Amino acid sequence: MYAFEYLRAESLADAAKQLASKPDAKLLAGGHTLLPTMKLRLASPGALVDLGRVAELKGIDKSGNALVIGAMTTHAEAADSAVVKSSIPGLATLAGGIGDPHVRHRGTIGGSVANNDPSADYPAALMALDATIATNRREIKADAFFKGLFATALQDGEIITRISFPVPTKFAYAKFPNPASRYALVGVAVAQTAGAARVAVTGAGNNGVFRHAAMEAALGKAWSAAALNGIAADAKDMVSDIHGDAAYRAHLVGVMARRAVAAT
Amino acid sequence: MSLGSKSQSDTAAAQGGPGLVSVAMTVNSKAVSADVDPRTLLVQFLREHLRLTGTHVGCDTSQCGACVVHLDGRAVKSCTTLAASCEGSKVTTIEGLAQGGQLHPMQEAFREHHGLQCGFCTPGMIMAAVDIANRKGPNLDETTIRHELEGNLCRCTGYHNIVAAVKAGAAAMGGARQAAE
Ligand SMILES: Cc1cc2nc3c(=O)[nH]c(=O)nc-3n(C[C@H](O)[C@H](O)[C@H](O)COP(=O)(O)OP(=O)(O)OC[C@H]3O[C@@H](n4cnc5c(N)ncnc54)[C@H](O)[C@@H]3O)c2cc1C
Ligand code: FES
Ligand code: FES
Repeated sequence: MYAFEYLRAESLADAAKQLASKPDAKLLAGGHTLLPTMKLRLASPGALVDLGRVAELKGIDKSGNALVIGAMTTHAEAADSAVVKSSIPGLATLAGGIGDPHVRHRGTIGGSVANNDPSADYPAALMALDATIATNRREIKADAFFKGLFATALQDGEIITRISFPVPTKFAYAKFPNPASRYALVGVAVAQTAGAARVAVTGAGNNGVFRHAAMEAALGKAWSAAALNGIAADAKDMVSDIHGDAAYRAHLVGVMARRAVAAT
Repeated sequence: MSLGSKSQSDTAAAQGGPGLVSVAMTVNSKAVSADVDPRTLLVQFLREHLRLTGTHVGCDTSQCGACVVHLDGRAVKSCTTLAASCEGSKVTTIEGLAQGGQLHPMQEAFREHHGLQCGFCTPGMIMAAVDIANRKGPNLDETTIRHELEGNLCRCTGYHNIVAAVKAGAAAMGGARQAAE
């Protein structure tokens, strides 16, 4: 790790000010992506602004018909939350399937969403559930937020404060975990809202998380696993690596989508 | 070791001398403090500053769980946590489990069930196991234990005896708790 200055934010305003005070400062949430990346010297921020004690970024609430999760909520807190379990149970299951128990005790939803790893779980849920990402400056719809591999709509100095999920009628996420890393080799999130179906795929796409129009159309007509028979993904858009080639991933997209629907 | 007063200022909330950061926490019920390089990981703080070498580094890439300790009651990988982030926290390491020369029930279960061979993974395994029992209670089935141990790798045992030890240790922890009530 290269040297950096450590700054501890006590409030959201404090964090924004500290972040703006250094040109190459980065936010530190759970550190479970950032610190390994810094150890590998793939990131070398001059300063870290630790969000660990910013109380405004914590907490889970139901607000009208939306489930609202603070950016600094850990995966374990989301998985165990009675509010998450009762409003969107599939989201609690997703959070409980991230990494391992120790990772879930530190990693946060805000860090995961800001990082937009193409194999991460939360981005698929945010896309399928038509979630809104609130920052210290504005609100951004998930469809406009995720912009390819590790890229998002976040601007310099922008801090995710919370994620708001409209409660759907049905939601499930099915993941084929990479047996070593436990990230998604392929993960598919399916959601049914009043009058619409949404399907988002992570782990597979060459350009990161994406929505699957043909599956959405099929599920819009009939919400059943059988409705997806014969629909897969296009192999030319899929990642090919040592863990699985493009054809395998394209096939898995269909399998995981059917499993997700069957689980709702 | 000195501890600078905790500043609430906007620009440098954590000062501790040039380039250093002040950190104070409770480790195994003892108050400790130091001025450290901001890069100091919790595991380095424990091993190198406090000489608590029971916590191991197996991979340093967040995979193996040899470094697991309890941070405010929850199992975390101390190789992937900055010491500075633990300001004001309570940390328990493997050295903090035994009480008055008496092994913790989970330690005793690992001994009884031969839940170790070389012992390198054992401190992390036991800290993870105590965390599992704390969260899931005394009656653990094998599937739950194996699933919950996903973050801990052992290169020696094949896990069979570890799983048996966790099951027995969790039950013994439940028994000890009942006896205390
Ligand atoms: C062994 C292991 C297994 C894992 N398995 C999985 C898995 O199966 N599925 C999965 O999805 N993930 C997995 N992860 C990743 C884990 O979920 C990370 O915790 C997560 O991706 C990043 O969250 P964090 O809180 O640790 O963020 P950090 O590492 O602290 O930060 C990540 C990035 O987000 C930025 N950031 C953080 N918070 C904010 C904010 N509020 N606003 C704006 N930017 C912010 C940081 O500056 C940084 O660039 C795994 C990690 C490990 C180490
Ligand atoms: S040393 Fe921390 S996970 Fe391996
Ligand atoms: S006993 Fe040797 S690594 Fe587990």
